[in-house]
Amino acid sequence: MNVPAAWYLVLAALLFGVGAFGLLTKRSALIMFMCVELMLNAVNLTFVTFARTLSDVGGQATVFFVMVVAAAEVTVGLGIVVAVFRRRSSTSVDELSEMKG
Amino acid sequence: MLGVTLQYTWPSILIFATSALLILVGAIGVITLANPVHAALSLIMTLFGVAVAFVAQSADFLAAVQIIVYAGAIVVLFLFVIMFLGVDRRDSVTVDPLVGQRVFAAVGVLITVAGLITLMARSHWVTGAMSVSTHGHALTTGSQNVKQLGTAIFTTYLFAFEATAALLIIAVVGAVMLARRERVPNPEEIDV
Repeated sequence: MNVPAAWYLVLAALLFGVGAFGLLTKRSALIMFMCVELMLNAVNLTFVTFARTLSDVGGQATVFFVMVVAAAEVTVGLGIVVAVFRRRSSTSVDELSEMKG
Repeated sequence: MLGVTLQYTWPSILIFATSALLILVGAIGVITLANPVHAALSLIMTLFGVAVAFVAQSADFLAAVQIIVYAGAIVVLFLFVIMFLGVDRRDSVTVDPLVGQRVFAAVGVLITVAGLITLMARSHWVTGAMSVSTHGHALTTGSQNVKQLGTAIFTTYLFAFEATAALLIIAVVGAVMLARRERVPNPEEIDV
């Protein structure tokens, strides 16, 4: 018998917490993107666990779409990082403060 | 020791422990390592751990996609950008620009995670209702998993699938536009 779904769900919650903490405290835009990937993976793990628990392949299909959206997000996000770096020579998000009120 | 867990088979516990170790060590590495290249390699470790958890939960196709797309493509893209920009020296910040940001982040994350764990560990999710997407069949593994997932994507989720095709095209065009340099006009054209 497989381990209970709650174990995987708790593991996913911890992974989400680590990713959220990194996103809130890091300054480098690249590391922040990696933390977003961690959070997306935590949600994917939750979806797959529920797909197993409820015997519903819809959870796995959702993970498939999340992966596609994550790929698109990384492509555009890294394009923005490169464009910003050309003007600033820095990937620190604290230096992007022109639009501060 | 572990008297309460003996009702589950040892292989499944071992697989869970392996994936948990890979996931958590990798995730903590991402947020603690100063060098972005090391952080990206740590991210690969986490993605492998998630793939192990996928296999253990009969999501074979998604585990393969996880390795190929995430570890194979997305992390390589990260490493390419890190090398391209030459920011692999160190994370540039040791100071807190916002007062108490780390403390507030830690408190917020702790509250969120505690709530999630309470919700997930203490609830009983299985309703006994038949699933819609598999037409009442149980979830399968191996090549049957690919067939089942493909059937769901190309029938129930067909519109979402077509929308992701459009999304990917838009993302590619957007990335090309963002990364393009402004073309410098020819000197003759300026003279005229």
